[in-house]
Amino acid sequence: MIRVALRGLAGRKFRAVLTALAIVLGVAMVSGTYVLTDTIDKAFTTIFEESYAGTDAIVTGKGADITFQGASAETPPVPVSLLQTVRGVEGVELATGSIVDALATKILDDEGKAIDTAGAPSLGFGIDVSPELARFNPLNLLEGRWPRGASEVVIDEGTAGRQDYRVGDRIGIATLQPARQFELVGIASYGSVQSLGTATFAVFDIPTAQDLLDREGQFDAISAAARPGVAPEELVAQLKAALPSTVAVQTGTQQAQDDSDEISEFTKFIRYFLLAFGGIALFVGAFVIFNTLSITVAQRTREFATLRTIGASRRQLLGSVIVEALVIGVLASVSGLFLGFALARGLQALFVALELDLPTTSAVYAPRTIVVALLGIVVTLLAGVFPAVRATRVPPIAAVREGATLPHGRLAPYVPYIAAVTVAIAVGLLAWAMFAGDLGTGPRLLGIAVGVLGLFVGVAMLSPKAVPPVARLVGYPSARWGGAAGALARGNALRNPGRTASTAAALMIGLALVTFIAVLSAGMKASNRDAIESQVIADYVVTSQSGFQPFVAAAGDAARSAPEAQLVSDVRSDLARAAGESSYLTGIEAGSITAAYRFHWHRGSDAVLGQLGRDGAIVAKDFAEKHDLELGSPLQVLVPSGERRELVVRGVYEPPPFYPILGTVSVAKSTFDDLYERPRNQFTFVNVPGDPSPEAQAGLERALADFPDAKVQTRAAWIDQQDADFNQFLIMLYVLLALSVIVSLFGMVNTLVLSVFERTRELGMLRAVGMTRRQVRRMIRHESVITALIGAALGLPLGIFLAVLVTRALSQFDVQFSLPVDLLIVFAVVAVIAGVLAAIAPARRASRLRILEALQYE
Amino acid sequence: MEDLATTATQPARTDPDDAVVVSARDVTRVYGEGETAVHALRGVTLDVERGKLTAIMGPSGSGKSTLMHILAALDRPTTGIVTIAGTQLGELGDTAVTKLRRQHIGFVFQFFNLLPMLTAEENVVLPLRLAGEKPEQPFFDDLMEKVGLQDRRSHRPSELSGGQQQRVAIARALVTRPTVVFADEPTGNLDSKTGGEILELLRASVHDYGQTLVMVTHEARAAAQADRVLFLADGEIVKDLGRADEQELLAAVQETILA
Repeated sequence: MIRVALRGLAGRKFRAVLTALAIVLGVAMVSGTYVLTDTIDKAFTTIFEESYAGTDAIVTGKGADITFQGASAETPPVPVSLLQTVRGVEGVELATGSIVDALATKILDDEGKAIDTAGAPSLGFGIDVSPELARFNPLNLLEGRWPRGASEVVIDEGTAGRQDYRVGDRIGIATLQPARQFELVGIASYGSVQSLGTATFAVFDIPTAQDLLDREGQFDAISAAARPGVAPEELVAQLKAALPSTVAVQTGTQQAQDDSDEISEFTKFIRYFLLAFGGIALFVGAFVIFNTLSITVAQRTREFATLRTIGASRRQLLGSVIVEALVIGVLASVSGLFLGFALARGLQALFVALELDLPTTSAVYAPRTIVVALLGIVVTLLAGVFPAVRATRVPPIAAVREGATLPHGRLAPYVPYIAAVTVAIAVGLLAWAMFAGDLGTGPRLLGIAVGVLGLFVGVAMLSPKAVPPVARLVGYPSARWGGAAGALARGNALRNPGRTASTAAALMIGLALVTFIAVLSAGMKASNRDAIESQVIADYVVTSQSGFQPFVAAAGDAARSAPEAQLVSDVRSDLARAAGESSYLTGIEAGSITAAYRFHWHRGSDAVLGQLGRDGAIVAKDFAEKHDLELGSPLQVLVPSGERRELVVRGVYEPPPFYPILGTVSVAKSTFDDLYERPRNQFTFVNVPGDPSPEAQAGLERALADFPDAKVQTRAAWIDQQDADFNQFLIMLYVLLALSVIVSLFGMVNTLVLSVFERTRELGMLRAVGMTRRQVRRMIRHESVITALIGAALGLPLGIFLAVLVTRALSQFDVQFSLPVDLLIVFAVVAVIAGVLAAIAPARRASRLRILEALQYE
Repeated sequence: MEDLATTATQPARTDPDDAVVVSARDVTRVYGEGETAVHALRGVTLDVERGKLTAIMGPSGSGKSTLMHILAALDRPTTGIVTIAGTQLGELGDTAVTKLRRQHIGFVFQFFNLLPMLTAEENVVLPLRLAGEKPEQPFFDDLMEKVGLQDRRSHRPSELSGGQQQRVAIARALVTRPTVVFADEPTGNLDSKTGGEILELLRASVHDYGQTLVMVTHEARAAAQADRVLFLADGEIVKDLGRADEQELLAAVQETILA
């Protein structure tokens, strides 16, 4: 029996390959994701392990450990004098101090612009490169020598390569001090890591780093190596005893572990993010396989009946279809696995194209990656179960009947009810997952995912009912203007609503998700624009090149020197813990902020800004309500250095929830500068006399020339920039969702090929009575387009519905609902193009049928 | 059926002076090559005359279907010349041949071959629609009435009996008023009573519309309706009879098989 199944499959190679392709892509996406993220993970682990490879114990400042929205506060430095103390500890053989700054050091390109690291660190190191201390140095000198003195630097090989910088060149680097020229004396790599992605580093000698990075008399870390026979834990204990309690001591291994834990949260996010798209592709693939196997089982009714008459049991028939699915699943999963290895590079390229380049080493193929490919087999088998069960229902008598069809399943009459219940449960689950107040992120996301998948399945089950009216509607243009071929195509699409429906359903999924993203993001963009416009009234906004990282405070002072600047107002920003809650603390200039920022006061007025003094604070309304703060309430803040400060609430304002420009708590700039070691600006607002003009912009840019990380934009340009950045992210989502659309395309090709095969004799007749080859192709093409349009007709509304639901769920953030009609039209056109593409091969096959053979075909 | 004779006749669309509508000259057809080659036709020469019902008989494997396929421009001869309505098939491309079929040839198949998603009427007008034309109303209504489908126009094939389906197929073949209609075992899939009605209808179309008709059959009863009966054996015409009754034809069949 198994041999019959395998022979049958071998006889239908083309179809088997098409069917398998549906799963190959999903599996490839999953395995590709694992390879990519494992590789990135490995790169980070390597970075951290090598950073502390020669370090037995590490001494840093002990700060408040504040993290918020993925950002974490810098560890406070320790005084230089501590190095002598450490060296004096009995178990210490060697010790060195170093400077590490993750943000401020910006290498300039040959046009003098700061290289944008797109959120990745731009590291500045101060390292003692004395030969005896080499064990502490994680860097590998590839060319030249280490820097000496105030005007020499070594940079990473990635940046040197991209910028074509060579040893001996003079390159510009901006730090906490204005940009200046350094002589490039060497090029280094970070241990054995192949690429740091978009991250950059620059190495100075220690005094230069201390000067440039505002750490006079300080180290960020002191690394110590133990004498032979002293265990790292022993060394840590000795150091703790000898050092003041204001510093933290850890073993190197521990420190490496902490660092990689922090980053692995991030790679985990990327992994799940990409896996979600692999999962969607697999889900769509399951639809395609289900559909294909259903059709082939229906077409082989005679064959199954004949097998039954010669003694095959139901169980054997079931087995034969399952074996067929298993073979397809295994072939698809194995090829998917290997394709995934290639796809990992493709994903990497996508990330590079979107400037989201991450560190990598040589590709990592973990055994787990291979195991998950088995998922493809499971999905195929699951999709094959229903068709297999249907095959067993064929009665032996069908062998002798002309035009025998599959009997309906026992559940067939209940399908619409089951579908309706599925939809209801799915919508209920979605609503609960989105609106239930006390739900963790994990269960919430899981609920949404299961709800959405359930919704897709339910709608797909209902769609055979929807196909006739929808097909008549979307097929109208074909029937009206497509000639006889178009009219026949519409009839063909209506012939087997179940088949058309499940083919369209596969495309529906991809289109629904794309629509969902388009609609939701249109709303978010509108909300973002409105939020900014209701707050910012300044003519110009100065930000860092990346837009979201803070920039050197001195740039704000430089802006003041521009003759065009009528009013300049800095907004400092950094992490803090206020009333026990991590958030951003901003420092504002009372005298000028109201000319740049419009407060929507809930309690207080612009007048309170002048009375903030040393301990006055204004807070956002939702924060005030959450912590029961009134005017005059005390408010304790903790800053990264570990310092606590008692503040008094002087005003409560209500920023737009979608994008509050200021932190939850704002204090006077002078208070801020008092609290933070190295204050940085989030924004500097600038007003010019009259309207913004190219001349004014040029004047401001001139004034900021020494601060290449500072970017001057008009308010409108700044908003557009944010839209553009957001669009980049959207493009990535669209590209990833395109995968599932491609999978559904295979499904359409499959169904068309099978339909052509089934209608062979009919095609012969049509050709005999005068249908030209061109008309045959047109007929198949129109049928394909109609199917695709049904997918769009189901998918677009479904996507809009999901977007409405999510918009409601996010109402606390004031997310608007906005229909990007132009984009929706584009998606419908994409569906038509998909239909045309899917029809190419089947139409060619159909038009090449030989009339006589087709007429005699049974 | 009774009123067929009283209804006005419509001439076929080709030049009425030309008495021969389809001709074959020394037509051979070989399938395959070398030792396995099958000679389906071994030099057939034949003229199909206007307004006549020509039947082609012969045992299975005699080449009668191949001959019909070649005369109907569904297949090409290996050697020899086929002319349809004055056009030599020669090396005409597929599209030209398709258009030739569309204009000059109608088909009636053994298994009806109707499109299940179209109504009876839509099936009938299909060849016209493929050519981008519309039926001429009085003629079309007349035709539907003649084939007895006036009250079945909007039924789908699945709602029609076998005989009714074949009537639809015949109307489909006649609707373009083709130069010649080819019928391939038109009664082969019907019971004898219904088959008889269908034969009468075909006969009536020749009589009333002056329709030229070529019918391939192995039933003597069907061939007895013909004005001329050709017998094929081993790819050659072995007998060419005029009008003959069933008895004569059965005798001729016996003769051909024994020969």
